[in-house]
Amino acid sequence: MIKNEQAGLYIHIPFCLSKCAYCSFYSIAAPNLIPEFIKALLREMAFWKSSSLPGQGFDTIYLGGGTPSLLLGGQIQEIMNAVNSAFVIDRQAEVTMELNPGNVSPEYLRNLRAWGVNRLNIGVQSFDDGILKFLGRRHSAREAVCAIDAARAAGFYNIGLDLIYGISGQDIRLWTETLERALSFVPEHLSCYQLSVEAQTPLFGRYRSEGLSLPAESEALDFFFATSHRLAEAGYRHYEVSNFARGNSFRSRHNMKYWRHIPYLGLGPSAHSFCAGRRWWNTADVAAYIQNLFEGKTPVRQSEELSAEQLALEALFLGLRTQDGIDLEQYQALYGVDLLTAKKQTLGQLVENGLVEIRDGRLSPTLSGLAVADSLALI
Amino acid sequence: MENIRNFSIIAHIDHGKSTLADRLIQFTGVCNERNFQDQLLDNMDIERERGITIKSNAISLPYRAQNGQTYTLNLIDTPGHVDFSYEVSRSLASCEGVLLLIDAAQGVQAQTLANLYLAMEHNLEVIPIINKIDLPSADIDRVLEEIDSELGLDPDTHIKASAKEGTGIEEILEAIVLRIPPPTGSGDNPLAALIFDAKYDAYRGTVIHSRVFEGAVKAGDIIRFMYNNSTYKVEEVGHFLLQRAKREKLSAGEVGYIIAGVKTVSDVRTGDTITHQDRPCLQPLPGFKEVKPVVFASIYPIASDDYQDLADSLEKYKLNDASFIYEKDSSAALGQGFRCGFLGLLHLDIVQERLEREYDLSIILSVPSVRYRFTLKDGSVLYVDNPTHYPDPAEIAKGEEPYIRASMMLPERYLGSVMKLCMEKRGVNSNMNYTGPGRVELSYEMPLAEVIFDFYDRFKSVTQGYGSFDYDVLDYRESSLVLMDILVNGEKVDALSQIVHRERARARALNACDRLKDEIPRQMYKIAIQGAIGSEIIARSTISAFRKDVTAKCYGGDITRKRKLLEKQKEGKKRMKMIGSVSIPQSAFLAVLKSDND
Repeated sequence: MIKNEQAGLYIHIPFCLSKCAYCSFYSIAAPNLIPEFIKALLREMAFWKSSSLPGQGFDTIYLGGGTPSLLLGGQIQEIMNAVNSAFVIDRQAEVTMELNPGNVSPEYLRNLRAWGVNRLNIGVQSFDDGILKFLGRRHSAREAVCAIDAARAAGFYNIGLDLIYGISGQDIRLWTETLERALSFVPEHLSCYQLSVEAQTPLFGRYRSEGLSLPAESEALDFFFATSHRLAEAGYRHYEVSNFARGNSFRSRHNMKYWRHIPYLGLGPSAHSFCAGRRWWNTADVAAYIQNLFEGKTPVRQSEELSAEQLALEALFLGLRTQDGIDLEQYQALYGVDLLTAKKQTLGQLVENGLVEIRDGRLSPTLSGLAVADSLALI
Repeated sequence: MENIRNFSIIAHIDHGKSTLADRLIQFTGVCNERNFQDQLLDNMDIERERGITIKSNAISLPYRAQNGQTYTLNLIDTPGHVDFSYEVSRSLASCEGVLLLIDAAQGVQAQTLANLYLAMEHNLEVIPIINKIDLPSADIDRVLEEIDSELGLDPDTHIKASAKEGTGIEEILEAIVLRIPPPTGSGDNPLAALIFDAKYDAYRGTVIHSRVFEGAVKAGDIIRFMYNNSTYKVEEVGHFLLQRAKREKLSAGEVGYIIAGVKTVSDVRTGDTITHQDRPCLQPLPGFKEVKPVVFASIYPIASDDYQDLADSLEKYKLNDASFIYEKDSSAALGQGFRCGFLGLLHLDIVQERLEREYDLSIILSVPSVRYRFTLKDGSVLYVDNPTHYPDPAEIAKGEEPYIRASMMLPERYLGSVMKLCMEKRGVNSNMNYTGPGRVELSYEMPLAEVIFDFYDRFKSVTQGYGSFDYDVLDYRESSLVLMDILVNGEKVDALSQIVHRERARARALNACDRLKDEIPRQMYKIAIQGAIGSEIIARSTISAFRKDVTAKCYGGDITRKRKLLEKQKEGKKRMKMIGSVSIPQSAFLAVLKSDND
């Protein structure tokens, strides 16, 4: 099945108007570079056109960032046209774009649809203005509501909302309010991330200097369970640690490729690619990215060939982050490890403690297991 | 022979022996300043770090004395810890005199006295040296008083020195020449050479360190070890300079090395006598005894794949340490390993450290044990040094454990707390003796098992480092013994089983449970740690489960990063031991091993 599955295409738009306090992704606040960046991006596509991922068509496209919605309509169009001429794109492809609330006009959204974008992932994060301010978001709760409404009005029937919990000053009640507000829009997809404070983000300094603390383990677990239970009740499937879909067809097909070693090609600064046991990634520096491509050089900065052991480890930890878990027979066929035999005693212990289930040839985490997926991977 | 002097430096620990040796070497110019490394004779890292001398070493110093003659001064270094007292005695047997080093601030300590007695047993000329006179706290008058009253030596014979600052060095060298008698013996007599040490050399095999008392030995000779009558052909003899310096022969009175194609150090017994096959001496030199280990523990590789590496490393280690013994052992919990015998706890520490440092092995040690004696109901007698071999309790008629006599020297103000410690350690038949104003010599008979735990550390801490301690093994005494097991998540960890006195079992078990609780990382489920005698649980602690650790996001770029983190954690886990489904870090085993109260 994996052989037949088409690849995913990721395009990183590394620009933001300002940096959110918690964000550790690569982006810069230099919109003046956007035109040159797009030229470079087109050159990168042209490069892959001649030496594409071997024999691959693509059935998902993901425009992430950064803030892709900073690009003008015409610029999105230019990119989408180039994608379609450089790559073989499936007619049924899932084409996602990340959208930040604020300054998205109905016309812009209608145009996105016309150029092939059929899924929006909106960075709502919270419906509480205090929390939004704390996170350094530029938008208000009201603007988030407007964006969702506008997206619906523009005819998007596959919308995902990003939310964050476990923020200093946010108790379960406040979080539930945001969650309920989100549910009122009946989104097809929800990503509920527990806030992690990465070093080198402004938030990190703030947590340290103001003596703020992240939720204790038991509290974090309360958030996790409460979210999962509430969303299950509302008909969402908790298909990955932080991701929920209103039915399997609304799972993020693109993101699922990351978790199952399906090939993906990443374009743009800092984008990662994976194919046939090899992973490589571009320079994270926009200026260097542009310069490399203008000089006819590859922007790839580093690559790694994964050993069988590394692939097996990745498959294990990625699989155990998903509700589907691991197909044991396939795992053995691909990685040469019979988990049931090799980890018999540990798995027995985990089953007994209600952390994993072994059923129909699959090893999958329970909800409690998902909460400790990082450790499960160490079996 | 008139121009040879064989001597040793003896001292209490930290009284500056290695520094003085360095100064003597520098003064006589054996090495230039450039390749001089402090504490030259201690050439293992561990020795230098711990400031102790583990294996003895020797060096020949050429010295032109004030009388115009040139002398060869053979300095024979001695180990400085109770675990190695036999080696000390063999080194001293190779000398005619000693420098007795006394710290000007600390004065006479237990080992000063113990070493002096050893030197006197060998009829050696003793030159007292008051070292560290540069210290502000130096109290030379008091030390002179102690030399007179406690050591019974003529205080007028002393030399004041500061090895650190290099004062008094020439005076010491002159005293060695003038006061230590030259060796006696004749180069024409049948060969009698004492083995005082042996080292393994990867290219030449065993290098025997020897003092020739009678006769002479040269390359091509057929020699015989009198202990086991094995014979070898001598390949090379020579002196010790900084490196080995080949000579035509070694004659009566000389100290040097003999290389004779001996494969391992354990083929050579320290204290044995070498003679010629053709023209043997009538009797071996006196004083030989076989050293017997008193502390036993098992060593296991953390990763069972490393078993062969461990086996190879032990074999190599053994080449250099004849007093270390080992044999194959296996544990239900820890797999294949080795049961090892040590001269004492320090010896055990050193072996462990060297295996980890020099051979890059991650190992787990079982709780050390002494050798117990059981008389069974059928009258048979069984020696057990491994809890795994503990006999069926129903069959035991009588259990006995080895006792030692602990000799301690301490300032009077610590007497109360030391006595309390000794009683706690089941000490009996105490004996107390005031050796000088404010100083007490205290002795107790104690079970060796109590001493090998943490007695020495605690003794040092209650005496704030001012006390000194030495022991001799006495005899076996009847004792109420039980086998105490530790269970982790219901699985018995046999490497943590201990044979203990019944009254100590509960406290030991509680302590072990607490230590393990602190050292075993939380896992995904609750883990019970229990101490048991047979099926009776006598202690218990619980490690709660951790319940959320998952990182929120894992997309394209995060995967490599996340995998690298997991790889690192997995690498760390390799250094842990899986017991059932619980990973136990090496530190947990060490914590139990070093246990008892803090």
